[in-house]
Amino acid sequence: MSDFLNTLTPDAGPDGASDVPRADGASAWRRSDAKGVVTLWLDCPDTGTNVISETVLRELDGLLDTLGGAKALVIRSAKRSGFAAGADIDGFADIGRDAALDLIRQGHAVLDRLAGLEVPTIAVIHGNTLGGGLELALACDRRIGIDGVKAGFPEVQLGLHPGLGGTFRLTRLIDPIEAMQAMLTGKSIHDRKVKKLGLVDALVPERHVDAAIEAAIRGDLPARETGLKAGAMRLSPARSLAATRMRQEAEKSAPRRHYPAPYALIDLWHDHGGDADAMQKAEIESFATLLESATAQALIRVFFLRRTLKSGASGASGIGHVHVIGAGAMGAEIAAWSALRGKRVTLEDVKLAPLGKAVKRAAKIYEKRHLSGIDARDALDRMMPDPDGLGRARADLVIEAAPERAELKEKIYSGLVNTMKPDAILATNTSSLRLETLFDAAPDPARFAGLHFFNPVSRMPLVELVSHEGVAAETLDRLAAFVGELDRLPVRVRDYPGFLVNRVLAPYMLEAMLMLDEGMDKERLDRAALAFGMPMGPVTLADQVGLDICLEVARSLGRGLDRPVADVPDWLARKVEDGETGRKAGKGLYDYDKEAPPETASGDDEDARIIDRLILPMCNAAVECLREGVVDDADRLDAAMIFGTGWAPFRGGPMHYARVRGDVPDTLRRLEEQHGPRFAPDPGWDRFA
Amino acid sequence: MSRPVYIVDGARTPFLKARGKPGPFTPVDLAVQCGRPLLMRQPFAPEAIDLVVLGCVNVIQDEMNPARVAALRLGLGDETVAFTVQINCGSGMQSIDTAYRYIRDGSHQMILAGGAEALSHAPLVYRHEATEWFGDMARARSPVDKLQTLADLRPNFFSPVIGLERGLTDPITKLNMGQTAEVLAHRFNIDRATADAYAVESHKRLARAQESGALKTEVLPAFARSGEAYERDDGVRPDSSLEKLGKLKPVFEPPYGKVTAGNSSQITDGASWVLLASETAVEAHGLTPIARIVDSEWAALDPSIMGLGPVLASTPLAQRHDLGVTDIDLWELNEAFAAQVLSCLAAWQDDDFCREVLGYDAAFGRIDRDRLNVDGGAISLGHPVGTSGNRIVLHLANALKARNGRRGIATECIGGGLGGAMLLEAA
Repeated sequence: MSDFLNTLTPDAGPDGASDVPRADGASAWRRSDAKGVVTLWLDCPDTGTNVISETVLRELDGLLDTLGGAKALVIRSAKRSGFAAGADIDGFADIGRDAALDLIRQGHAVLDRLAGLEVPTIAVIHGNTLGGGLELALACDRRIGIDGVKAGFPEVQLGLHPGLGGTFRLTRLIDPIEAMQAMLTGKSIHDRKVKKLGLVDALVPERHVDAAIEAAIRGDLPARETGLKAGAMRLSPARSLAATRMRQEAEKSAPRRHYPAPYALIDLWHDHGGDADAMQKAEIESFATLLESATAQALIRVFFLRRTLKSGASGASGIGHVHVIGAGAMGAEIAAWSALRGKRVTLEDVKLAPLGKAVKRAAKIYEKRHLSGIDARDALDRMMPDPDGLGRARADLVIEAAPERAELKEKIYSGLVNTMKPDAILATNTSSLRLETLFDAAPDPARFAGLHFFNPVSRMPLVELVSHEGVAAETLDRLAAFVGELDRLPVRVRDYPGFLVNRVLAPYMLEAMLMLDEGMDKERLDRAALAFGMPMGPVTLADQVGLDICLEVARSLGRGLDRPVADVPDWLARKVEDGETGRKAGKGLYDYDKEAPPETASGDDEDARIIDRLILPMCNAAVECLREGVVDDADRLDAAMIFGTGWAPFRGGPMHYARVRGDVPDTLRRLEEQHGPRFAPDPGWDRFA
Repeated sequence: MSRPVYIVDGARTPFLKARGKPGPFTPVDLAVQCGRPLLMRQPFAPEAIDLVVLGCVNVIQDEMNPARVAALRLGLGDETVAFTVQINCGSGMQSIDTAYRYIRDGSHQMILAGGAEALSHAPLVYRHEATEWFGDMARARSPVDKLQTLADLRPNFFSPVIGLERGLTDPITKLNMGQTAEVLAHRFNIDRATADAYAVESHKRLARAQESGALKTEVLPAFARSGEAYERDDGVRPDSSLEKLGKLKPVFEPPYGKVTAGNSSQITDGASWVLLASETAVEAHGLTPIARIVDSEWAALDPSIMGLGPVLASTPLAQRHDLGVTDIDLWELNEAFAAQVLSCLAAWQDDDFCREVLGYDAAFGRIDRDRLNVDGGAISLGHPVGTSGNRIVLHLANALKARNGRRGIATECIGGGLGGAMLLEAA
């Protein structure tokens, strides 16, 4: 298709905004004046994504002085990616309470001024309109959404709640229960739902934006109706009832002692939901308090860690077609996810049945991700089951996700020699084999590496990118870019037993086995871990991973590491022999016909002795990995554990946790005396923590 | 100037028996299922294809011009022209014939020609009176008008007519297709046992072909969203027997008719593609032709004896190329009904018929059963109407190659009183 025809493709984004001149004296705003309407285009310099920074608001404040006799003010974004992705988190990192309060109050003053303008103010929002971006839009009189808009308040994921007026403006604008729901879950609201909730007054394609703005100025946009429920929620008793329910609900997924923000938000609305001025004042105070909390500090760090990992995925991979060999759970997920992200995918297996199941799994993933009918159809069309392995010769990347047997993998690799395209890359998704034992069999070791996805791929953002001595730097760079294109986070690790994540995680499960052997109750173990903040107890996790795999991991770590690891109890091997391999078999450490593993825990379940034995060996293994150079630094290590395993995010990862605690090497020494040399502190503690 | 036209590859889905409710695939879904691996195994990128032509009779509402929808879903790009052709049961061959003529005349180099049909998705149609009532109701403005219209409502408005049944009834003669086979059975004295024996053999041949792997590159598995993997034509009954078929009642003209569900083609879903290329394309991409299309023919006759279409369409090919009955190594004669296939064979052996109708001096001759539908046919694997014509050409090309045959004819009868035929030569 010629370039000219491409420009006719409808509604690719706010085209031509980059020709609009910068507003006088502003770095983040462009300004156009037409027919008495002033349009301010938010366009933060040197980035593809707008964030609401101190500069953005200060410049807006100045621009509000220059409207003269304008008949309306329109605020929109010049970025294709969206309106604004949120407040400028960097501006909030490491500032004290007083400085934070100053900053927030200034921001409120600008938005209050915008809200109080005589002229009609209209926000046009598209793409990501999140956090501070949405708060800016909420301070306008009317909002026009462009098809595909995603609005939301993700602050709760940072241990915060909205702090630029979002709490009182949103609960006043739309059904307060829906508003609280949006702020408590942090989930974005998409497209038609945004309109249905009344967050926008009109939802139009880009080509009708001008007409919709004119309608808004004329007063022709339909007026919002405030429902009966919204009215009732202005009354304190109704709010009390609703708030109690919200607290109960929140306790299930985010216990108060670890995650204070949702409760602060509920209190805010409970106490002041009928009085916007009071709620605004309280919001400012509450936000500043939360910002100081350990949870928010840890979660803000996690936010930066995500950015760090993401920045490792720059550039273009040149990979359009992915061929996945092996349609087991991992192969199927990798294939489905790659197709979802626009890659052409062939999925090979010697049997048809797993290929069929893979198609079903893909359809389920697309349904869960709320893909539209045509998007799901297109993704399924892109993912071709390939029993004959036709894709081998066409693919830019072949991902081997076959069962974990070296001789099988070697056989597959030998079949790829002279079949793969000359510059195509071969990656293995192995989790337990060493690359040093595999790379000789690869068609070209320079174009061979590990690409270790986590299960389920659709929910776990991390991918370990495993190098070995023969790999070319270009191969790793292309794979990192590919991981970025899949919207996953790459972490580069060295070929090491268990690589990084499984090496650090293994002691968590292995120690639990020993504790079971000592007669400890499995549910008590799991509850203690949950109470600590782990997403899953070690016993449940072992069942989930599969006891056969746990056993294999334990043995291979025992062989591959020069440090002692926990011995595996004999009964574990017997269980595996008997076919009681965990969740997939219906029976493992739990009997899933009769028992359900605990999913939540309360403060009563906290147990320091259990935690020290389960968690500190992970910290110890983390130091070992740093000392061995398995990963570049402690930040990446923490990020990998959080994004690969869900490791208690509010504790910031094993290294952050160890630093905050301060006493880990001493405690390890004490545990060593009690339980044996596997607890001996790694020699790297002095250097790395 | 007439340029050689080659069949270089082709593939189809398994034919899936319609089981009383919509099957897992729409016509375009089916075309995508077999089209994806077909394109993947070519040495050229899909953009090298100039044109897509698809035969489809029962187009569903969501897939107007299914050829274009399929082309785009197969990733052929915005700029690939694609159109759908329809000549009822001959549509899948009409697509090949159209492609053949374009390449022969030199305007195109490589064309994907297919057929797709999901008879299980044939719509339920409201009675005409019901549709009128819906219209009146929509137009009624005042409450009184509405009440009056409401009073016209009749219960039978909501008993839908099965669209497929209407589609299989000839609109000129009001004869059902099965009845046209009864007419031929009567005219050519085909008895029930002979028809049943033909049907049994069709099942045995398909079963044998499935087992031997003869269909491996031709029939590619299809995968449904439900997780089901369909590997084979699922209407085949390897254990079919004269005894079993003998128990079935005549469906179209009980109680004395000879055509039963057992000796008729099955109602199925399926799609098929054939890839045609010019000499230039064959050389440019290093392709290996399976067969060359030598000639094609369409014929027309009284709709009530449409089953003789193959005789009227194939004979001119034999005559133009001076071929006697033994010169044609293999025949694919679409098995709409056993009685209809047997009537065609009988017609070619009938001196009077061959003299009066075909212009021969005497009978054309007996087509040996060993040369006819060697790997089964529509009775065992089904007849997705818009697809069958494509399948028989594709299978003829593959069967010629597998058996070292030189020449073959693929031919079909077409509801409405037509016949289509194509003469291939092994490449």
